[in-house]
Amino acid sequence: MSPPGPRLLIVDDERPILRLLRTVLTPHGFEVIDAATGQEGLTAAATGRPDLIILDLGLPDLSGVDVIRRVREWTKIPIVVLSAHDREEEKVEALDAGADDYVTKPFSAGELLARVRAALRHGDRPPEDPVFVASELTVDLSKRLVKLSGRELHLSPIEYELLHTLVLNAGRVMTHRHLLREVWGVGYDQAAHLLRVTMSNLRHKLEPNPARPEYIITEPGVGYRLRVPSES
Amino acid sequence: MGTEPSRPDPEQLLRRVQAEEQRGRRGKLRLFLGFAAGVGKTYAMLEAAKEQLAQARDVVVAYVETHGRKETDAVLAGLPIIPRAQVTYRGVTLEEMDLDAVLARRPEIAVVDEMAHTNAPGSRHTRRFHDVEELLAAGIDVYSTLNIQHVESLNDVVAQITGIVIRETVPDRILEEAEQIELVDISPDELIQRLQEGKVYVPEQAVRAIRKFFRPGNLTALREISLRYLAGRVDEQMRRYMEVHGIPGPWAAGEKVLVAIGPGPLGERLVRAGRRLVSSLGAEWIALFVETPEFRRLPQVEQERVTKALHLAEELGGRTEVITGTSPPQEIVRYAQANNVTKIVAGVSLRPWSERLRRGSLVDWILRHSENIDVYAISGPAGPKTLSVPSAPAQGAPLRAYLSSVGVVALVNLAGQLVHGHLELTNLTMMYLLGVVIVALEWGRGPAILAAALSVATFDFLFVPPRFTMAVSDTEYVITFAGLLVVGLVISALASRVREQVRAARQREASTAALYALTRDFAAASTLDEVLAAIARHVGTAFDRMVAIFIAKDGRPEVAYRGPEFPLTENESAVAAWVMQHGEPAGRGTETLPAARGRYVPLKTAQGIRGVLGVVPQAGGTALGPDQEQLLQAFASQAALALERVQTATATQRRELSRETEKLQTAVLNSISHDLRTPLASVSGALSSLLDGDVHHDDATQRALLETAKDGADRLTHLVTNLLDMTRVEAGALSLRKEPGDIEDLVGAALAQLGSRAREREIEFGLPPDLPSVPMDFALMTQALTNVLDNALKYSPLARPIRIEARTAGGEVHVSVADRGPGISDEDLTRIFDKFHRAEHPPDESGLGLGLTISKGIIEAHGGRIWAANRPDGGAVVTFALQYVLGEPGEIRERLDEPAGTAPADR
Repeated sequence: MSPPGPRLLIVDDERPILRLLRTVLTPHGFEVIDAATGQEGLTAAATGRPDLIILDLGLPDLSGVDVIRRVREWTKIPIVVLSAHDREEEKVEALDAGADDYVTKPFSAGELLARVRAALRHGDRPPEDPVFVASELTVDLSKRLVKLSGRELHLSPIEYELLHTLVLNAGRVMTHRHLLREVWGVGYDQAAHLLRVTMSNLRHKLEPNPARPEYIITEPGVGYRLRVPSES
Repeated sequence: MGTEPSRPDPEQLLRRVQAEEQRGRRGKLRLFLGFAAGVGKTYAMLEAAKEQLAQARDVVVAYVETHGRKETDAVLAGLPIIPRAQVTYRGVTLEEMDLDAVLARRPEIAVVDEMAHTNAPGSRHTRRFHDVEELLAAGIDVYSTLNIQHVESLNDVVAQITGIVIRETVPDRILEEAEQIELVDISPDELIQRLQEGKVYVPEQAVRAIRKFFRPGNLTALREISLRYLAGRVDEQMRRYMEVHGIPGPWAAGEKVLVAIGPGPLGERLVRAGRRLVSSLGAEWIALFVETPEFRRLPQVEQERVTKALHLAEELGGRTEVITGTSPPQEIVRYAQANNVTKIVAGVSLRPWSERLRRGSLVDWILRHSENIDVYAISGPAGPKTLSVPSAPAQGAPLRAYLSSVGVVALVNLAGQLVHGHLELTNLTMMYLLGVVIVALEWGRGPAILAAALSVATFDFLFVPPRFTMAVSDTEYVITFAGLLVVGLVISALASRVREQVRAARQREASTAALYALTRDFAAASTLDEVLAAIARHVGTAFDRMVAIFIAKDGRPEVAYRGPEFPLTENESAVAAWVMQHGEPAGRGTETLPAARGRYVPLKTAQGIRGVLGVVPQAGGTALGPDQEQLLQAFASQAALALERVQTATATQRRELSRETEKLQTAVLNSISHDLRTPLASVSGALSSLLDGDVHHDDATQRALLETAKDGADRLTHLVTNLLDMTRVEAGALSLRKEPGDIEDLVGAALAQLGSRAREREIEFGLPPDLPSVPMDFALMTQALTNVLDNALKYSPLARPIRIEARTAGGEVHVSVADRGPGISDEDLTRIFDKFHRAEHPPDESGLGLGLTISKGIIEAHGGRIWAANRPDGGAVVTFALQYVLGEPGEIRERLDEPAGTAPADR
């Protein structure tokens, strides 16, 4: 890898985690810089020109959400947060504050890499391939065409809109609020039932078994994620 | 006896030490005593306070009345003052000491003028000395003033000398508790001069009385009393000192004085006399009242006099005792002998000789029978003739009884007419006597006397020749008349006494029975609620009162029982709180907070105050008589013991439970440490083996080692996650974010959580498409279902399918997970949801047996339920039920499904 790979800023006060992340990420072509506090992290984000920030939510000085808000004041670089397993509200808060995705501790290397890559992909999203393919599912955004095992699916406009949003953010978790705003528009933040019912209908159309979804994964208490083919 | 070293009785010493300790915790009282108004007490007190202030002590003036005197005002100027409270009573605003403000301010020393003052109605205490006591109890030192004529035990002496009866008296115990008493003394001449110069405050309405009071003779006498009083006090301190230091002295040991109180006007005087005797003897004393059957028939005034005398005795530090009996002298002597009384104080009232002849003299009888007990006879005036108040006929026999009496005599006369001529006239009198006896037994003394008189009259009129005149031919008949009358009267007296005795016995029996029933119910009551119910029931019926019971919780009364109509206002609760704090009765009919609607009695045992019993009379109810007061006390102490018993029992149970819990926790810790150590060992073993530079592993081995480490780490994660979830469930820290959720979505999410473990298994679904949405915290419910599924996967063979079903039933959605494993034994059916329970077939997977417990906790937090059963054709099924809300989902589905949604849902 001759050109230097993407530069990652890791903000975490736990030294072992920092060391682990460096070890995991460097071989995959990432350049790693780190910071141990929220303040240091904010400085490093401004001076170190990272392409993505991995941010632990439990920092000693600032709350993770505050760090996200302050970074979001001036840049859209992707942020992936690290959070404990039972802190759904914290995750949702971080995502709504502008984080792009989250990884639950303890995490596997594969999971982290997938999230980082997905986030980087969307960070500087070019109008790339308008066709999304995941095993039997094909979504052609340019033609508004959805196919399952080669057969065309008939979706209602709102179902299509939901799928469209998920495809544009493939691999990233989308909070309920985010989806409601994107698909239904501002003012529908609280209309969770619309999302729930539409999602159920959409799954019934494109999942072979909606009780064991393959394409659209539920992140309990947080939102939904369209699985990308590379994910395990 | 010889020369035994004179060591004080250890009990006496102990009491002394306790008293000293008590004083250590309490505030100290410094009292400025004067023999009359105007001697300069307030001035002296303020001077002393100022001295303390100069020594940097925290002094405040809680209440001082300077009456505009310049010198006093000048001293007061330099002292911090707590504003007075305004008490409005019947439209008049009065100023009183703000007790709560002083307590809240907590100074080192509070200056409170005129201790004998009577507070405005509506204040917490009726008297200011109660306020002072409360300040002392709170550990605040108090400087206060008092005139000698307000000292309770000197009250009547002062009245005798000066001719002025002082009503505002202060109990002697207050003076005895005083750390220091300073006599503010000036010569009577000087005082009179000051009075003439207008330097003595004189209330306008009392100018004449006061002028009369300020005579040299009076003042000299009062001054002498004051000096003597203080000398006596010094004497007593000396005696105490000798006692403590083992100096042999002439103090009388083991003296016990009994004051016999009767319904006469002497009661309070006897009590005071007894008190004086006691203080010069240093003895224990008892005020005894013997309630006779006649007592209840006495006018209300006399009955109240007894209650008052008993109250006074209590106030003066005596013990009070009420016993019932027909003959007070006998009862008194019996009691005195049984209780080792050494001296009896009894009254000789100056009753007319006739009355004394009839009732006999109490003292005479006691003197004759008391053997080695000294008897002090106190004489006094017959007192204000309250007796002249006609004894209320309602208390005696009703009119009907007298009419019946007339009727009986008429019947006797009728019968006499029938047998007239066949019987000797003198024998006819027997029939009259029979009539009198019947009347006496049925209707009591009054009607019987009437019957006797009527008998004589009608006998004379109807039968004695010359018949049908009141004249008597033969003078012998006068003797017959006299005999008939006397015998009739005697019989009536005897018979009515028997009747009264029966009545008194019945009443006593009722009291005893009530107490017995109470203790019996207490013995049967094993829980707090049962005890409370028993107290409420028995007190309510025995006294015809509404009942509330408060229980001590962190020193504050908490309502544990409240009768349906008990007026539990903030006021009443405050009284209960006071009682709880001070351990003394308060409220209606007492000296403290008498404006309250109820009487509040502490439930006290040797261990402390357990609670407070509050009783409020039913509408139109009467005040408690002395015997009822005693019974209430008895009830209260029984109730306190019962409360103590159940509370102790509860505490024991709790201890036992915590011991059990401890045992369990030890077991759990062992189990956890084992379950945590096993995967840890595999992780660290595998990793250290990889790091070992001396050995070269081939790729396959390296991979195997790494997989071992990864597996161990996964298991650790699982365990720690479970433990954390359990902690959250146990701590009740589950804050649910409930939103309608989709069951199908829930199943999908739970299966996703299980990852490959679920993916490699065959799973059957029975999820109808029209399931309603269920309000739930989606993340937590995912956890709950994941644990149930995890359990099913763990306990069934890999090759057999798991079935997930959902259906609606009675407002609930039932979700069940069924496996084809070995099933669950009957005893495990409920226990599998217990903490750390693992079914008997140990799987190769380790776990803490927390999974289903966590599921249960989460589901119950949702208001749902979970249970296990066996499938008829083999395997276990765990089902949980959550309530759903009707409405909403169907219609929205239609609205969203409109235009392009023509294609069938491919499944």
